[in-house]
Amino acid sequence: MATAAVRETARPHAAAATGTPLIEVDNITKHFGSVIALAGVSLDVYRGEVHCLLGDNGAGKSTLIKTLAGVHKPSTGTFKVDGRPVEFQSPRDALDAGIATVYQDLAMIPLMSITRNFFMGREPTKGIWPLRFFDFAEADRVAREEMQRIGIDVRDPEQAVGTLSGGERQCVAIARAVYFGAKVLILDEPTSALGVRQTSMVLKYIFQVKQKGLGVIFITHNVRHAHAVGDRFTVLNRGQTLGTYTKDEVNLEELQNLMAGGKELQDLSAELGGTV
Amino acid sequence: MAVATGDERLKQASALTRLMRRPELGALAGLILVSVFFWSMASSQMFTLSGVLTFMSPAAQLGILAIGASLLMVGGEFDLSVGSMVAFAGLIFGTAVTVLQLPLLLALLVTFAMAAAFGALNGQIVLRTGLPSFIVTLAFLFIFRGLTLVGLKWATGGSTQMRGIREAVADSALAPLFSGQAFQGLFAWLAERGMIDTFASGMPKVTGIPVDIIWFLGLAAVGTVVLTRTRVGNWIFAAGGDQNAARNSGVPVARIKTALFVTTACCAALVAILTVMDTGSTDARRGFQKEFEAIIAAVIGGCLLTGGYGSVIGAFFGAIIFGMVLIGLTYTQIDQDWYLVFLGGMLLMAVFFNNIVRKRATGER
Repeated sequence: MATAAVRETARPHAAAATGTPLIEVDNITKHFGSVIALAGVSLDVYRGEVHCLLGDNGAGKSTLIKTLAGVHKPSTGTFKVDGRPVEFQSPRDALDAGIATVYQDLAMIPLMSITRNFFMGREPTKGIWPLRFFDFAEADRVAREEMQRIGIDVRDPEQAVGTLSGGERQCVAIARAVYFGAKVLILDEPTSALGVRQTSMVLKYIFQVKQKGLGVIFITHNVRHAHAVGDRFTVLNRGQTLGTYTKDEVNLEELQNLMAGGKELQDLSAELGGTV
Repeated sequence: MAVATGDERLKQASALTRLMRRPELGALAGLILVSVFFWSMASSQMFTLSGVLTFMSPAAQLGILAIGASLLMVGGEFDLSVGSMVAFAGLIFGTAVTVLQLPLLLALLVTFAMAAAFGALNGQIVLRTGLPSFIVTLAFLFIFRGLTLVGLKWATGGSTQMRGIREAVADSALAPLFSGQAFQGLFAWLAERGMIDTFASGMPKVTGIPVDIIWFLGLAAVGTVVLTRTRVGNWIFAAGGDQNAARNSGVPVARIKTALFVTTACCAALVAILTVMDTGSTDARRGFQKEFEAIIAAVIGGCLLTGGYGSVIGAFFGAIIFGMVLIGLTYTQIDQDWYLVFLGGMLLMAVFFNNIVRKRATGER
């Protein structure tokens, strides 16, 4: 079958990346009762690369993310972190293994300050109980520094997250994951609701994170955004991977076609006089 | 890129913006307004030491409930059963010391343990069913009130009032913690030196500070510190702001919310004990509609009905406003029943004001 052949040609390029993959899933499946959400997905991500996961709605992206994040356990297949097989019982286990997921809702609370959000659930404290307090001086300093590193000039880390733009919020969520020691970042459609300028800000930051040596799995259905920062691309369709390609193997249009199941989109394009 | 250099459309956060961001601002403004009103309308008696203590006493009883209510509201839940809990805890406490003749310490433990258990029950029902706490605790509003009536008749042989509680605990070493006045020695000392007003006999006009006021001040301080300065406080804000986001970030949401329901119920039990020890009796109407007043005080104090925002110190000010108006009206020519009109009006104003403040704080347009 064509998909198998594509995967064969893609492998050598994957091996060209350095060392053991940070995450490697091989032929995993996931069933929910009679529903087959994942029917054989293989994916790996290396240090310092952005691996884009493309797929239309219902392709199985969410299930795959949740499997990687420790929410679901795969029905079959192997899941390795740093070359060692793992079996996550909870999202906490995935976090401890250095896999941080930034979901679409960002896990940010608009009414709370940047500092309070940044350290939510992991607040630095000082003093001895019952006089153990939230160390705001330290937390504000770290929050301001981390924001500066992204290029967001936070005059006042006490300002509510609700006052930040969508792109800034996305960057704060990513910065939080990086600060707390993530080795692999899974970004769930980080640019889906953003304007052009906001998008470029987020993409720029993803590039920065990659250069720090983290592995990034970037989930999107926007081929343009993917192509801007991605090193490799995996297309997911109906619960299966249609293959992994490096940037020089594939262009925008080919990716778009792969994602939409090719033919249908071409037909549609013809029908609409080439406007899609 | 514009973001990197700072957006020129955003001004520096001014001192005023910072002030506007504080949830208790409205309550403080309200308190100043009400003080000015009575300063000009009421007799000067109202703002003497004894006058202040007179309006602080009802403020304290409401305020202790409001402190619990505000913490719970910031945590994203309501408790409409606190008023009935005051009556029910009063019954348990009264029964423990008069019918069962337990020593005060044991009676206190039994009362608080019972309140904590029912608070936890409220919390567990809300958390496990996912039903709004509004409706769950509304059910308990009636359940506790009914249990109190039934229990009182059973314990007293048909009456809805229970007496003789003060006599039963008068000689306990713990009694001064929950009844009477504190700092009597200090006030006598001050009177001797002519630093406070005295009667002609040389007795000070104010012999001490009622203990409920001390509890009120203490709990307001502890509540404020916990909410704004500790890790648990951050978890309370997070649990109320968005419980899914909080849970995904590792905040133990269920534990926090249960603890808040327990705290609220224990605040109600404390008010029950303080008032029962003070009057020496308890009856079925104790705490009637206090749940609404407590929530109003919390809202005046800046708590949003949607959770995740508010303050304890605001509820503290809110409760003082109530006490001031309730007692203050007796110093004026105004009909006292305007109190209820005032209550509703204040609530409406506070909600409008909170809405504006929230929009400013979050930059919502």
